[in-house]
Amino acid sequence: MLTQPDSRGRFGAYGGRFVPETLIPALDQLEEAFAAAWQDPSFINEFQGLLKNYVGRPTPITFAPRISEQTGLHVTIKREDLNHTGAHKINNALGQCLLAKRMGKKRIIAETGAGQHGVATATICALLGLECEVYMGVDDCARQQLNVFRMRLLGAKVNEVTSGTRTLKDALNEAMRDWVATVNTTHYVIGTAAGPHPYPYMVREFQKVIGEEARAQYLEEYKSLPEYGIACVGGGSNAIGFFAGFVGDPSVKLFGVEAGGLGIESGSHAAPLTAGEPGVLHGSFSYLMQDAEGQIMGTHSVSAGLDYPGVGAEHSHLKDTGRVEYFAVTDDEALTAFKEVARLEGIIPAFESAHAFAPLWMKDRFPKGALVLVNLSGRGDKDMETAARLFKL
Amino acid sequence: MPSSQASIQDRFSKLRGLGEKALVLFVTAGDPPLAELPAILGALEEGGADLIEIGIPFSDPIADGPTIQASSQRALDRGVNMEGVLSAVKAASVSIPIVAMGYLNPILRMGVREAAQRFASASISGTIVSDLTPEEGADWIKASRDQMLDTIFLAAPTSTDARLDLVCKDSTGFVYAVSRTGVTGTGSAVPSDVLSLVTRIKERTQLPVCVGFGISKPEHVRMVCGAADGAVIGSWLVQWLAANWQGGAGRAALIEQIRELKAATR
Ligand SMILES: Cc1ncc(COP(=O)(O)O)c(C=O)c1O
Repeated sequence: MLTQPDSRGRFGAYGGRFVPETLIPALDQLEEAFAAAWQDPSFINEFQGLLKNYVGRPTPITFAPRISEQTGLHVTIKREDLNHTGAHKINNALGQCLLAKRMGKKRIIAETGAGQHGVATATICALLGLECEVYMGVDDCARQQLNVFRMRLLGAKVNEVTSGTRTLKDALNEAMRDWVATVNTTHYVIGTAAGPHPYPYMVREFQKVIGEEARAQYLEEYKSLPEYGIACVGGGSNAIGFFAGFVGDPSVKLFGVEAGGLGIESGSHAAPLTAGEPGVLHGSFSYLMQDAEGQIMGTHSVSAGLDYPGVGAEHSHLKDTGRVEYFAVTDDEALTAFKEVARLEGIIPAFESAHAFAPLWMKDRFPKGALVLVNLSGRGDKDMETAARLFKL
Repeated sequence: MPSSQASIQDRFSKLRGLGEKALVLFVTAGDPPLAELPAILGALEEGGADLIEIGIPFSDPIADGPTIQASSQRALDRGVNMEGVLSAVKAASVSIPIVAMGYLNPILRMGVREAAQRFASASISGTIVSDLTPEEGADWIKASRDQMLDTIFLAAPTSTDARLDLVCKDSTGFVYAVSRTGVTGTGSAVPSDVLSLVTRIKERTQLPVCVGFGISKPEHVRMVCGAADGAVIGSWLVQWLAANWQGGAGRAALIEQIRELKAATR
């Protein structure tokens, strides 16, 4: 079992709250409201009811016969791509929007990189009748344009962010600035397991359904636990939700796969746990990519959802304790896996999720015949334009 | 304590004696270029500034609006780093207190003890760290006390009474009251409820209270100084300097502007 953060919102040395004073009272309220809701059967029933009947949970696990044959492993996939809107993001968006409604907040803001969290939030806001504004870097709007259209159709306002790196980091900055000015009426739905306390904990709690389901399903199907669990790590929400099911099982080795971009040595990557050092960004103390002056570095990944210099605090803790091993795969390795998964299994993964598959083809990562469970965090429809260009489809 | 650190407390005592309030001015280190900073600080002092906040540029300034964001980015694009900022501050020969204002990560990166020591030896009298609140402040507070650096925390309109207690307990030098629920930037009016925030702070501490965010005109300064001990002007000055400093050609005009603002504190 993963533990609760301490009273200062720390997982080991990591986490806490490093935000302008203006936001602290709202974080206190949020912490209290979440704690109360998470013990309230009526809230939990509503959350679980909508996960079942609206999101379509439980998502299945699927044996991957042809990948298994090709790699000499026994590979099973947790299918978060089959959720409504196509990714795990909706688990958290649903939980936080229900909480916002309970807190009487009628306006919702969110940041998004790949657009999956933005779409999920816009979707739940449509369902619950909440006003929704999403911040998205202009570069990401261009590479994930279909998701911009989806958000607009769903009634959300999409604010293109032109500052800084024009990707996820700066979308988060803009959303924070909006929240500083609107905190009395607005809830900020952070889309990953990062940010100030209580976000990393709350997001994990809303996402842990992934790992809890997967564990029970695997046990039922195979009468054993997997030997390995793998997930991709951007800010870390799908990974922490998935790991939550297995952290208490010492026999299950856990891998978190970061975006290695053009290669760690190139410096053009988005792998803070693999190649960064701890510091403060976006309200929490965690591993991040920074220069010698403590300025946050620009990142690169083919995957917009992983293209982020920070990571959720609990992952930093799991890295330091050694419970999870984190490493990076390159754009090329992820893109190769993207194609292989499509051709061998008839499943098109998101570029983000393709990172979690890439290690299957790496020599020496797994012993022959190992039982491996991969978390497929989302489907790849959003990436088809880029894929068409890269692969000349 | 290096003798060149001017005392914030003494400055406010002196102003009290004169029956004046403090004019506090914010400039981004490195915008205009760092080489100009000593001359700019000199002009601000000559115009009547009582205290200067030096903005240490950071890549991700979440508490700042577009003006200071853009200014910080220009400074970073010019290659400004902490070492350069501190030597430019040291090179300025002003007698009013200088406070460093910025974000936590560059301080953590340097190490809190090392950072406090280097700030102090650059004649900096205190710090305002926008993303640090008292709960997470213990290490920085301790390092600062050891170097006689004041720690100025922010109080916001959203702060509860219990939080104001904390902010007042851990602040030294003065307490910074944020005028509005929002990021830095100029606005047409200063919300009048900031006066009730000032009153709530003053119920808890003898420290001077300065009000900042959205203050750009003499009438704002006058309004704020009705209740507070000083007014902080940031974005307006940052914008003015970027447009009009012109390598020092704007010096006389700047002094004129600052005189007008200072007059509103009397
Ligand atoms: C499908 C998918 N997987 C993974 C991620 C990365 O986020 P996280 O690390 O929070 O799961 C994203 C983010 O946009 C995503 O869309």
